[in-house]
Amino acid sequence: MDANPAVGMVEMMIQSIRKFFNTFLLFELLKGMAVTGRYLFARKITVEYPEEKAPQSPRFRGLHALRRYPNGEERCIACKLCEAVCPALAITIESEQREDGTRRTTRYDIDLTKCIFCGFCEESCPVDSIVETRIYEYHGEKRGDLICTKPMLLAIGDAYEEQIAQDRAADAKYR
Amino acid sequence: MLDSLLAYPQALLGPLWPVVWTLVKIMLIVAPLMLCVAYLTLWERKLIGYMQIRKGPNRVTFFGIRWLGGWAQPIADGLKLLVKEVIIPAGSNKILFVLAPVMALGPALAAWAVIPFSPELILSNIDAGLLYLMAMTSLGVYGIIIAGWASNSKYAFLGSLRSAAQIVSYEIAMGFSLVGVLMASQSLNLAEIVKAQQNSAGVFGWFWLPLFPLFITYLISGVAETNRAPFDVAEGESEIVGFHVEYSGMTFAVFSLAEYSAMILISTLTAIMFLGGWLSPFPVSWGVIGTGGFGWLFAKIFFVASLFLWFRATFPRYRYDQIMRLGWKVFIPVTLVWIVVLGAWMQTPLWVWWK
Repeated sequence: MDANPAVGMVEMMIQSIRKFFNTFLLFELLKGMAVTGRYLFARKITVEYPEEKAPQSPRFRGLHALRRYPNGEERCIACKLCEAVCPALAITIESEQREDGTRRTTRYDIDLTKCIFCGFCEESCPVDSIVETRIYEYHGEKRGDLICTKPMLLAIGDAYEEQIAQDRAADAKYR
Repeated sequence: MLDSLLAYPQALLGPLWPVVWTLVKIMLIVAPLMLCVAYLTLWERKLIGYMQIRKGPNRVTFFGIRWLGGWAQPIADGLKLLVKEVIIPAGSNKILFVLAPVMALGPALAAWAVIPFSPELILSNIDAGLLYLMAMTSLGVYGIIIAGWASNSKYAFLGSLRSAAQIVSYEIAMGFSLVGVLMASQSLNLAEIVKAQQNSAGVFGWFWLPLFPLFITYLISGVAETNRAPFDVAEGESEIVGFHVEYSGMTFAVFSLAEYSAMILISTLTAIMFLGGWLSPFPVSWGVIGTGGFGWLFAKIFFVASLFLWFRATFPRYRYDQIMRLGWKVFIPVTLVWIVVLGAWMQTPLWVWWK
């Protein structure tokens, strides 16, 4: 565009005059305040926690549990895959041969203070024994409170078996 | 009624009576003011929360009453700060270190002596009220400088220098804005300034209209003067350290008190000098809402203070050199030009803001 240079000058002057008035009349600041002013009346997204809770996925990875078969036999066969795969070295397993010749754990500890809730133990388990549940509201009051032993894990599995089974079933078709 | 009630203590105290009565009146101003400061912090958190589409504090309540949720928050905060340990750095000047927050708070409270709450309700109706206010708001800088120096910390000292330079710079623009008010009202007495805005035009009779550039300048300088966002390089919670890094517990709380009471003070001054003080925006024939009074002043203070919070929720923090540029290269020329324009305007029949 090789127009008359004077036209370009005029345009530039008009531009700078417009810019001057835009800054001086605080135009952009008022636009910003209009945005926050609008949000003042928007619907609030706060979840009032103890009364309301955010929705959970069936894949939620919370507190661990050890499951049993419907006949009451514990699933875990002490293959130690979870212990091997655990990146945080949070799982400790000791095993022995039972009188009926099957191998079972004598000790199954998960140190929740080490655990990073990655879910690898759950993935690696060939018998769906170790699982992570939806439970996330737990605490410890003194050192060692957050080390889950075998009976504790089994108790959690017994208490929440219905929910655990449902979540596994919901996720099964994606595996 | 009141006179007969006061006759007995007057007779009892004799010559001490004026002192006691003044102290009582001071308490009557300071105690509600401190309550306002406390609840301004709650209102700030609520308003900013709502602007960020969340609810803000809504849990702490009195006696477990559910619908009062959040109302006890300032009390709990205050109690927490009161109980916390006051750590005095080993190398600090201990006397000045403790004195600094008091020096910051003192002037912010003393300035209330000349504020006219309604035509009759003024602690001290002095003629040089505006000058007194200028002096008092300037004295607040001492607290900040002393805090930075007494902390014996490089960061605190640099922070205090930054804040002090900012406050002093914006004081000039504020002073020039007040010159405009002084010219328009022909008085330094705050009650007279409000009365000068009383005329048949209602809202349009107030000084915000003829002094509009000064009004905006005063408001923005006020934000900078009180070290509030977006001019809060003194504090800069998330990035930089300010003059009160070494402060903890109640000494820190007193700095917050000073900041918030200065904020209320600037809001009040804006309301008095530009928004008609206690005057009602409606004609007298409207009955209760048409008559001026403390309620209207309170509503205006509330509005301006909410503007402060609205700014904080909206604008990102200024860079330090931009703050200085805005103060020296924009506000001071704008106010100077408008004072000249005002002086010329007042000589012409176009000036219609006389009584």
